[in-house]
Amino acid sequence: MKPEQSLIFELSRPGRSAYSLPLCDVPQEESLESLIPSGLLRSEPVVLPEVSEVDVIRHYTSLSRRNFGVDNGFYPLGSCTMKYNPKINEDVARIVGLAKIHPYQPEESIQGALELMYTLQNDLSALTGMDAVSLQPAAGAHGEWTGLMMIRAYHESRGETRTKVIVPDSSHGTNPASASAAGLETITIPSTDKGMVDLEALKAAVGSDTAALMLTNPSTLGLFETQIVEIAEIVHEAGGLLYYDGANSNAIMGITRPGDMGFDVVHLNLHKTMSTPHGGGGPGAGPVGVKSILIPFLPQPTVVKNEDSSFSLDFGGPESIGRVKAFYGNFGILVRAYAYIRTYGPDGLREVSENAVLNANYMMHRLAPYFEIPYPGVCKHEFVMSGKNLKQYGVRTLDVAKRLLDFGYHPPTVYFPLTVEECMMIEPTETESKETLDGFINTMIQIVKEAQETPEIVINAPHTTEISRLDETQAARKPVLNCSCG
Amino acid sequence: MKHRYLPMTAQDRVEMMETVGIQSIDELFSDIPEAVRYQGTMPMSEPLDEYALLRHMKGLADRNADFDSHASFLGAGLYDHHIPVVINHVISRSEFYTAYTPYQPEISQGELQAIFEFQSYICELTGMKVANASMYDGATALSEAAVLAAGATKRKKLIVSRTVHPEARQVLRTSANAWGLEVVEIDYRDGVTDQAKLAEAIDGDTAAVLMQSPNFFGSIEDLSSVEPLIHAVKGLFVVSANPIALGILETPGKLGADIVVGDAQPLGIPASLGGPTCGFFAVAEHLMRRMPGRIVGQTVDRNGKRGFVLTLQAREQHIRREKATSNICSNQALLALCASVYLSVMGKEGMREVGELNIRKSHYAANKLSELTGAELAFSSPFFNEFVLKLPEGSSVSAINSKLLKEGYLGGYDLGRDYPELAGHMLVAVTEKRSKNEIDQFASALEGCL
Repeated sequence: MKPEQSLIFELSRPGRSAYSLPLCDVPQEESLESLIPSGLLRSEPVVLPEVSEVDVIRHYTSLSRRNFGVDNGFYPLGSCTMKYNPKINEDVARIVGLAKIHPYQPEESIQGALELMYTLQNDLSALTGMDAVSLQPAAGAHGEWTGLMMIRAYHESRGETRTKVIVPDSSHGTNPASASAAGLETITIPSTDKGMVDLEALKAAVGSDTAALMLTNPSTLGLFETQIVEIAEIVHEAGGLLYYDGANSNAIMGITRPGDMGFDVVHLNLHKTMSTPHGGGGPGAGPVGVKSILIPFLPQPTVVKNEDSSFSLDFGGPESIGRVKAFYGNFGILVRAYAYIRTYGPDGLREVSENAVLNANYMMHRLAPYFEIPYPGVCKHEFVMSGKNLKQYGVRTLDVAKRLLDFGYHPPTVYFPLTVEECMMIEPTETESKETLDGFINTMIQIVKEAQETPEIVINAPHTTEISRLDETQAARKPVLNCSCG
Repeated sequence: MKHRYLPMTAQDRVEMMETVGIQSIDELFSDIPEAVRYQGTMPMSEPLDEYALLRHMKGLADRNADFDSHASFLGAGLYDHHIPVVINHVISRSEFYTAYTPYQPEISQGELQAIFEFQSYICELTGMKVANASMYDGATALSEAAVLAAGATKRKKLIVSRTVHPEARQVLRTSANAWGLEVVEIDYRDGVTDQAKLAEAIDGDTAAVLMQSPNFFGSIEDLSSVEPLIHAVKGLFVVSANPIALGILETPGKLGADIVVGDAQPLGIPASLGGPTCGFFAVAEHLMRRMPGRIVGQTVDRNGKRGFVLTLQAREQHIRREKATSNICSNQALLALCASVYLSVMGKEGMREVGELNIRKSHYAANKLSELTGAELAFSSPFFNEFVLKLPEGSSVSAINSKLLKEGYLGGYDLGRDYPELAGHMLVAVTEKRSKNEIDQFASALEGCL
């Protein structure tokens, strides 16, 4: 057995160092205390590890080897769009003239950066069918909040008090959480047995207090809302607006656009659809697109093109919801997304979605004999299936997920949406080959067989990872949240 | 054209369509109403081959002035510090950057431990008991702190100093508007918060006092005398701090802060036109279960081996939905990793030394620049690595900066943009990267522009 992985603090030895700083070439006659009153200086030295550069590199290399990314293998995590992250995007984001620039430089000295942002705003508008885009939000949930704040400001500008946000029961948790953070209340409506928005429930829910309906389309079940036109009519007739959660945009690029479906606001998760990497949890970017009625409320600033073809930051008018983040958005992520869009172009992006959808349907058909598919028919970029048929052997969906680890796969999203029992949500993405899909499918079939014949192998999985299942109850009950080395 | 990221061959497509039982790809989209199907080609940028794209991106980059081509005296919340070269090598390990949030702990121990170490580092720097896995940036972290304070105290009044970063205050206003909170701004005096006015404003309705130190002007605030004022009314003390200064300046935790936030950008994160950076968020123990964002905790596996998991998730949106403490769903994991690697490289001695370098070089620059004809330091309060230079009457900072740009300098921030009374005042930042020679030459260049 390998020795336990050390914490960086445990590697510390007094007298070692890994840093190299510029010389102090200014006069040093004065004591530090004559520059800064001693009461403002640290009373105790900061306790940080003392390690050499080799220690640093070995430590983090060791940590990286205990982590699984898309480059390690298939990652069919539903609703997360774990597609291949092109290397060129990483390279261009590191070009000095794009990486080492300051947002407060004179505008004439960041024209290249502003042109990139301006073009990206236009490209994302075209992709979503919207009239304008703000690149400011830092993530999908941040985009949701920004969009809801605009919706709220829009209603208030018309002298209307509308406080209710309607979400289907299959929605992402961020939707209701974003509504609360925007000072709005959530109404959850049930889905039909076909996984669609229940039109009667929607009609009953809308009214003069409806601020918006938030919808993911295709939904988290991987299904396209076939009655989207009627849904939009119902909400608009009641005076509400439609918010498009763009988490599942990988299914529809060039095929249909939120703006054409009747949505008034959309956010995109550039770290999903546009392949900017997830980074182990971030950074992402969540630009929002809006129809013209909402343009006055966009957060500040946006990039505009001047008559002389130069670019400027526009800090908006009095109706803007204000600023939602420091500076202009996650520019380094926008650079990667822009490079991705320029790699594919509009026709290429359509092919991306076609392949993503075909991959998902192929997997669903091949797995259908072994798992219950609650919503048969055509799916979009992802699909859900239930592991409840394995319960008779004492095997749960969580066990299937853990067993997949032994075969070198990242498991699907499990136990979401909440509306499907023992749920697995599978999203293969377009960057996976048929052989990869077949390999995963065959492994799933084998795990079903194991569940029937030797269930303990599945129940006690994983067997090959560096650690086994962790005691999450202890972690929450007696939290140890730092190493208290200081 | 066969695309290099799309492995599906024509043969694959035929076979897969056969399995699915369709004749054409269009059938996969038969559930989309005809009326909303997009016809034609979207009016977007055209595709480029790999070489053409590299050239195009380089072309865009060449139209920006950068920290390599220009000596930067610009800070105002985002700084040109030296970034140790090992950082890029670590964050370029694709096991880190191509992973999702570590929801499967058995194959995500690397990221989970990296976050645990980041939390430990932030606790050590800030002097606080608990830190989370990071926030979008320093500005949004401050807003989240304000919302936490309002919830914890069940009060609606927030008092924020005008020496807090103007953009952080703007984000705070957006957020306060959402939550129905009142924001009261307190003026400054000699570059630091006017404590008499602050004392007057604090009352039994005050949820929190929000301050920044070193503040937007670079001045170090007297936090220790604010602490009793706000705690006397049972409000919370929120401090936004510059983490690189915390290697040498007293920790806000020791000075009585309940919540400490800030932006980790100075710790090895490229400026990148202002994002992505990484907010940090640390609290006193009693506020732990009210914290927004992800938290990693230590535990053991079935064999008693040490391991790490995401914990205290009952606060979060995917469990609590509309009752969550925040809607945040991601963190800035890769940039938190930058900060951790930075702190690992610098260590105990390096953090003290870089702090001292910033203090000495900026004080040398302040002396030098205040000797320019008609220029003087606007404030006499102690500062860390940034100070306010009052230029001769009638000077336009933006016009001067355009001239400095041509001479190879990024001049300081134009304070008149946010503080009308400080028109003609330049906020000058001097990090460890600036040599004596660069400072001297900058002084001459600035003199030539006056």
